Amino acid sequence: MKNQQINQKYNRYVEARIPKTKAWPSLFNSFWVGGVICLIGQGINDALLYIFPSMAEQTAWAWTLIALIFIASFLTALGVYDKIGKFAGGGSIVPITGFSNSISSPAIEFKHEGIIYGTCVKMFTVAGPVIVCGVVASVVVGLIYYIAGLI
Amino acid sequence: MQYLWVFLIGGLVCMLGEVLIITTKITSARILVCFVLIGVVLQAVNLFEPLCAFAKAGINVPIIGFGASLAKGAIGAVKSYGLIGAFTGGLQATAGGIAAAIAFAFIFSLICKSKTK
Repeated sequence: MKNQQINQKYNRYVEARIPKTKAWPSLFNSFWVGGVICLIGQGINDALLYIFPSMAEQTAWAWTLIALIFIASFLTALGVYDKIGKFAGGGSIVPITGFSNSISSPAIEFKHEGIIYGTCVKMFTVAGPVIVCGVVASVVVGLIYYIAGLI
Repeated sequence: MQYLWVFLIGGLVCMLGEVLIITTKITSARILVCFVLIGVVLQAVNLFEPLCAFAKAGINVPIIGFGASLAKGAIGAVKSYGLIGAFTGGLQATAGGIAAAIAFAFIFSLICKSKTK
């Protein structure tokens, strides 16, 4: 009974201490930062297709994503991406740059625990579940299409 | 005009992520997982291609595009190679992005010192 009261008190304390994200400004920031990141992607893609007109569309997209991943990784290494993240929230998490950041950020941060147990292991703390869920879902979709093709 | 749609749709998708953060307080890993799964489902029901033709980078750059190409790879490989495609297709289609993210993260972690410590 007493424990319960303490827990409640603690929960209220935590609730009061959590940094309040003001809803409207953060929505607006995530909107325009996310939009700008997508614009940069479109710009890279158009530039690639302009410079190499014979490039297949699929290849151009692959290069575009790799370029964005590189930029995000680089900005993470400089410590800039974390600042963008604090400002933009979802705007910096949802694009592929957020995926790249979620790999490079712990890789750099846990370097001091060693290359194998620090960098290589911690790299996948966020990206791991993303890749696992994505791959499992894609295998399921592939199986469904295979079975549907048999019928 | 194309760029306006890219900006608006890309922004809206990202704002949806922010709405999820504010209303449910879920962590970034869960958000990324959610959006990848949305992408897989969109591709599986053939809705991603028309969206992509219209919004281009607005839907391709958000991690939804990553999920969609996982599913697209699996579906395409099943059609051309049979059952094995369900297992080989997804990662094959996204190998570039995953390998690039891992490689760059590794290289930069070798070069840089951690900022927060």
